[in-house]
Amino acid sequence: MEALDTLLLSRIQFGTNIAFHILFPTINIALCWFLVYFRLRHDAARGTPAARAWEEAYYLWTKVFALSFALGVVSGITMSFQFGTNWPGYMERVGNIAGPLLGYEVLTAFFLEATFLGIMLFGRGRVSDRVHLVATLMVAAGTTLSAFWILSLNSWMQTPAGFTVIDGRYHAQDWFAIVFNPSFPYRLAHKLLASTLTAAFLVAGLSAYQLLRGTGNAGTGLALRTGVIAAAIAAPLQIFAGDLHGLNTLQHQPAKIAAIEGIWHTERGAALTLFGIPNERERRTDYAVQLPRMASLVLAHDLDAELQGLDAFPGAHPPVAPVFWGFRVMVGMGVLMLALSWALAWRLWRRRARPAAEGPPFTRLQLRLLAAMTFSGWIATLAGWIVTEVGRQPFMIYGQLRTADLVAQHAPGTVLATLLVYLAVYAFLLVSYVLVLMYMARHPAMPTPEAPQGATAATPIGGPGWTGKEA
Amino acid sequence: MDWPTLLPLVFMAVMGLALLAYVVLDGYDLGVGVLLPFATESEKDLMVASIGPFWDANETWLVLGVGVLLVAFPLAHGVVLSALYLPVAVMLVGLILRGVSFDFRVKARAARKGMWNAFFAAGSFMAAAAQGWMLGRYLTAFVHGTWTDLFALGIAITLPTAYAMLGAGWLIMKTDGSLQEKAVRWARTLLWPMGAALVAISLATPLVSPTVFAKWFAMPQFLGLLPIPVACIAAWLAAFHVTRRPKVVQAGYGWVVFGSTVLVFVLAFLGLAYSIYPYIVIDKLTVWQAASAHESLVVIFAGVAVTLPAIVAYTVFMYRVFWGKASPLSYTAPAGPLTEES
Ligand code: HDD
Ligand code: HEM
Ligand code: HEM
Repeated sequence: MEALDTLLLSRIQFGTNIAFHILFPTINIALCWFLVYFRLRHDAARGTPAARAWEEAYYLWTKVFALSFALGVVSGITMSFQFGTNWPGYMERVGNIAGPLLGYEVLTAFFLEATFLGIMLFGRGRVSDRVHLVATLMVAAGTTLSAFWILSLNSWMQTPAGFTVIDGRYHAQDWFAIVFNPSFPYRLAHKLLASTLTAAFLVAGLSAYQLLRGTGNAGTGLALRTGVIAAAIAAPLQIFAGDLHGLNTLQHQPAKIAAIEGIWHTERGAALTLFGIPNERERRTDYAVQLPRMASLVLAHDLDAELQGLDAFPGAHPPVAPVFWGFRVMVGMGVLMLALSWALAWRLWRRRARPAAEGPPFTRLQLRLLAAMTFSGWIATLAGWIVTEVGRQPFMIYGQLRTADLVAQHAPGTVLATLLVYLAVYAFLLVSYVLVLMYMARHPAMPTPEAPQGATAATPIGGPGWTGKEA
Repeated sequence: MDWPTLLPLVFMAVMGLALLAYVVLDGYDLGVGVLLPFATESEKDLMVASIGPFWDANETWLVLGVGVLLVAFPLAHGVVLSALYLPVAVMLVGLILRGVSFDFRVKARAARKGMWNAFFAAGSFMAAAAQGWMLGRYLTAFVHGTWTDLFALGIAITLPTAYAMLGAGWLIMKTDGSLQEKAVRWARTLLWPMGAALVAISLATPLVSPTVFAKWFAMPQFLGLLPIPVACIAAWLAAFHVTRRPKVVQAGYGWVVFGSTVLVFVLAFLGLAYSIYPYIVIDKLTVWQAASAHESLVVIFAGVAVTLPAIVAYTVFMYRVFWGKASPLSYTAPAGPLTEES
């Protein structure tokens, strides 16, 4: 049991909890804006058959949203206790700074979304359409605001600024500098885009699954198209934002970049490692596939620039393998997302003028690819967080406080017991969630329109010919 | 009193009020969960529908409560939550199971509904009992011993009972017909254990805690505090009266059951607040010793002063939207063809 000490177990437990939590906010932050969009399209189409189709899309995705939101809320409540139960040293040392940021999140974001959620989900018919739309906007604004505050805190932990230390406790000196700390704008942009991509692929992927199974309705095609187009717009932006984020990290956390790139020794004209197996003991990358001098070019825009290697940070650099691999998984997903969304968007563009009667715009193979990518956003997001969070080790507050100094001294058995319970509950819920999502996709529950079939032919993406039944 | 001395007290009050709001609000929906196994299948749907729009916002008060503990009293935050490590975990697992069951029970395939209903009830009970246990541990300053543990166990049994009473009161207000009659019966039964437990706890608290004893049983204070137990007894009698008379419920006074239970909670809260002041960890840390730096308290105070009234305002608005008897919930307008969801 020596290896599984309290520190390690507490880290695994925190990592598991936040990783489970983040799966759902990642979906919800953007999905709520998708719902706003469906609503607005529905209102704009009022009186035409397309209204019905947008309503069907709205209806199914509201169900998904409600379920994901419930999971996000309960796992978030768990998060808010984790600091005190497992990292009491954290609040004792930086409570003056972390406290107000978390407090503002609760006050400005959580109450907003939680309260208006009831009206958004169940209020139609009880309030006017306009009030209902406002409630939906409040929920969307609330989820985005909560991302703002929590990421501000998370970024401050990565690139602390605006504080002074008095007797070991951190005091705020400049709140503006704290909230808008150096890495925050990049992290916020990157995370909001990650959320957009995650939701877009979820919407498109699940819709593709519906078409493959022949259980779509008129809303399915609209949702699919919306997801593909949103992904096609967000994917290149995300790669751009990620590149800027990396340059920012190089400036503030060079040890993390050295781990990402697998640069063991400080050198001029460093090679870019595409793949390889980091070997921490020998301090080298085995089987490396490298492009000579490219790392210097990519990171410093100069073929001969000197890059600091891991040897420049003795005892203060992260474990290399998770950071190295996490980064490649994330970037790999980003490239796949770009390729698929552009290919499909191109097809939609070419066929934009053709009548729906000519059949669905995507082949079965393309639908299968989309369905396979349904949860790709989750994978990229988790990989990205591992890069960020593991890359910050051994510090909790980068360069300031070490994780090991802030942990609660519980008996390892106690932490292990709760960890196992959380793992069991989360695994069960994750499986249930995915199964229920697929079940809902197979039973979208909107009855087929009473109007004659021809009446929906004018829907933007193809009406009845495109419910997937013939595909 | 100057500003730096006053602010920690203000935050103690905000935290107390957030926790009181939590206990009353999530109390009724956890209570409905505890009562779930005693209802028929169709009643279960209506019971869950009666709390569906509210539970998420209700739970947010808990987040605010620990939030203020963390924001304003970071030193106490670590002490309290590490001492309560296991019951917190039990509560969280309970809240997780309960919270997700709201959606899973109607979205998963029908054959699984029974399982999610069971999780709903079990989760509600786990959360309520764990909260009771935590309150007991907190009042006895986290000292382990036969008597203190028994005391905590007593509260761990009492709180679910009291929540169930709140839940029954809620159902009396939000339903009619046979479910309402059933809720009245539940309330009538629950009054006895709840009353007995409250008396026992009130007597036991000063016995297990010398600090509390000293504060209550000194002469002028004792008389000043007398209204608290007296009002408690009056509230209990009011609920007793109403639950015995179906006619009174029919005449529209069913809310008295809920109202008087809330009153009992408020009074118990005032009594506890008096017992604990000025400590935040009894006998160990006072409010001032545990407080954050003054400049951080000012920043968050500004936020509380601006947002709390807004939160209260839109919470009231939300309750008005769903005012009146509960009906099956739906994601679409009731006129629409789709009304099978909750
Ligand atoms: C507000 C702060 C905060 C936020 C928003 C996040 N984290 Fe974090 N994370 C921490 C604060 C933190 C921490 C408290 O600082 C931890 C706990 C122990 C540690 O080493 O850092 C940590 C550790 C930690 C670890 C373990 C790393 C290790 O110990 O080697 C993982 C895998 C994650 N986090 C993953 C995530 C994910 C997937 C997040 C997405 C939401 C996330 N973190 C957001
Ligand atoms: C340590 C970190 C975190 C803590 C303590 C935390 C805490 C919480 C809590 C308590 C809730 C429930 C609020 C309610 O009752 O409605 C919640 C929900 C939420 N959190 Fe977190 N959270 C963390 C990380 C994150 C991150 C990194 C993000 C986004 C980037 C995020 C975004 C959200 C959102 C959008 C919700 C709303 C519920 C949902 O959409 O599923 N959280 N969080
Ligand atoms: C393909 C190009 C991409 C690049 C170059 C890139 C770059 C980066 C970098 C350098 C980091 C680490 C930030 C740090 O130093 O802490 C990061 C983090 C992250 N990435 Fe990416 N990324 C890309 C694609 C994606 C995609 C497609 C997603 C998800 C859909 C994603 C989600 C995340 C998340 C959630 C984080 C952690 C949060 C943060 O620190 O912002 N990334 N990314």
